Amino acid sequence: MSKRTVEVELSTTGLDAHGRPQRVPILTDDGGGGLALQAPAALEPELEGEHMLINIGPQHPATHGVLRLVLELDGETVVRCIPHIGYLHCGFEKIGEYRQYNQIIPWTDREDYLNSIGNNVAFALGAERLFGIEITERCKVLRVIASELSRIMSHLVWLGTFCIDIGAFTPFLWAFQRREEIYRLLEKWVGARLTTSATRVGGMAADIPSGWMDGLRQFVRTFPQTLEEIDRVLTKNAIWVGRTVGLGVMTPDEAINWGLSGPMLRASGVDYDVRKDFPYLDYETYDFEVPVGTNGDVYDRYLVRFEELRQSTRILAQAADRLPDGPVNIDDPRIILPPKSKATSEMESMIHHFKVVMEGPRPPIGESYFAVESPKGEKGYYMVSDGTAKPVRWRIRPPSFVNLAAIPKMVEGHLLSDVIAINASIDIVMGEIDR
Amino acid sequence: MNRFEILRTGRAGSNEQVATPGAVSHRDAPPNPSAAALSDKFGSAIQRREVIWGETIVYVDPAKVHDIIRWLHDDPSQQYDFLSDVTAVEYRDAEVPIEVVWHLRSLPYRRFLRVKVQLPKGQPLEVASVYDIYRAADWLERECYDMFGIRFRGHPDLRRILMWEQYKEGFPLRKDFPLRGRFSRSEQLRQSLAQNPEARYSMEELSIADAYAELPEDMRKRLSLGERTGE
Repeated sequence: MSKRTVEVELSTTGLDAHGRPQRVPILTDDGGGGLALQAPAALEPELEGEHMLINIGPQHPATHGVLRLVLELDGETVVRCIPHIGYLHCGFEKIGEYRQYNQIIPWTDREDYLNSIGNNVAFALGAERLFGIEITERCKVLRVIASELSRIMSHLVWLGTFCIDIGAFTPFLWAFQRREEIYRLLEKWVGARLTTSATRVGGMAADIPSGWMDGLRQFVRTFPQTLEEIDRVLTKNAIWVGRTVGLGVMTPDEAINWGLSGPMLRASGVDYDVRKDFPYLDYETYDFEVPVGTNGDVYDRYLVRFEELRQSTRILAQAADRLPDGPVNIDDPRIILPPKSKATSEMESMIHHFKVVMEGPRPPIGESYFAVESPKGEKGYYMVSDGTAKPVRWRIRPPSFVNLAAIPKMVEGHLLSDVIAINASIDIVMGEIDR
Repeated sequence: MNRFEILRTGRAGSNEQVATPGAVSHRDAPPNPSAAALSDKFGSAIQRREVIWGETIVYVDPAKVHDIIRWLHDDPSQQYDFLSDVTAVEYRDAEVPIEVVWHLRSLPYRRFLRVKVQLPKGQPLEVASVYDIYRAADWLERECYDMFGIRFRGHPDLRRILMWEQYKEGFPLRKDFPLRGRFSRSEQLRQSLAQNPEARYSMEELSIADAYAELPEDMRKRLSLGERTGE
């Protein structure tokens, strides 16, 4: 027995007179001259009631990061699942207590790294509520564009990796091709692809460059074709349907009680989307629909996320049309840095620059919990201020953390191979779970 | 039913009343109606009500918090059926009590309520678990225990979740915990090297496979002495 794994010896049916493993005939005489299949129980009588311990992860491609699942198996059926997390824990919340608000924004890139610009937006919105800032109209629309691009990126990664987990490879390439286009757009806008750090308290790090909107419009125009292609390959594919329907079912009541959010909750038939129910960034003025599933299984989660890709494209088209002119940042030198040219030429701007960089903007005493609809679900930033430039407490409400907590409930009674499909359907990002 | 289509779509349309208006004042926004209902129902157990940036905060008696959240969850006029978050706040001022915070949402009424409990320093940090009301509290309370050392009474499986079970440095998000950790880098390295690499399974997991009997003698001995092994 190896030292690292605990294995159960699989007993054979016994040895024959020569010490060789005994062969068990699968087909036996049925008494009437024909052959009949033997019942499996008769073949392996000793294995009944024997449970096996299987360890998946922490380093396994199908766990989408460093997730470790310890499974108790009865044959191939999962009896119990014990998840272990924390391998990526690096104390973001603790570090945030030692940083000014704008200095926390780079940390938000790195928690849910598939949705980095969406996290930037969410954090900035939370901090702005704490500061009592109303951002400009142009900034609002830019942030909607950022959030929806980020949702599309995250869902595309999910779609691609989900396909690979189930055994389809082609849609993965199509999805990642389109994702690359968004990364190019982001690189043009903020200069970074993954770790964007695109927002600041009170505005954005940069306005979009000239001609950027054409790139976005072209993406919005051509993206639905890719969706149609993937739809045609997957949605009615017999293997796809067979591998996903009826797995990991959560009823609406269970889903709410377990705190699921985002596509996980909506696939169970609960109509709750933060963008509709507690709107922010004027989402109530955009025309889009929230897809809601009926069965709460893996297949419905796929359908819901797939439809969200279409709806996000719709929102992007509307945002591109309504983007107003005007300033991106608010006009408050205590919060927003002056332009570099002014900071080096005017005394007053230099003082403002110095104060914002060295001391940092200070919110009034208070607290705020700001939730946004991230691709994974309800993502909340809870910040408590004691009037200094650094938060007393910065709390991330991680949607995939709460969603993953339901995995023991979802995989119980399913086959080992379905664990991979169910785990992929949760759309976890370990960076966000462990923080 | 066509299995390949989503059966329906959610609320579309923009004319519904907006639940979170953009411009809210710092302290003067109207409170959530549930706060007044709570005061009527529980009287002095509701210690204080506050509205900050449009979010209503209710400070409640630590002994009654389970009843209060149970009522908020069950009462047909409240229906706070969604537990967003359980967390805690420790202030930089060492005199100020630690606060445990529940963020509750009512999906039917589209309401948001923050329930707070203050736990004075110098006493055991303990509060009732809401695990039996919301299963979502399972991991959230474990994390809160892991980071702050607050014990949730009635939680069936309150053990560390992000840190490993043998972690000895304390509770990382407490203000008396230094940013770099309590132990020096060399001590941290020594401890991680001294860790027993085969002890990756908890007793519960070992019991799955009846593997306890097959473990090496020294490991069995250590386990029988009560050493926790799992991560």
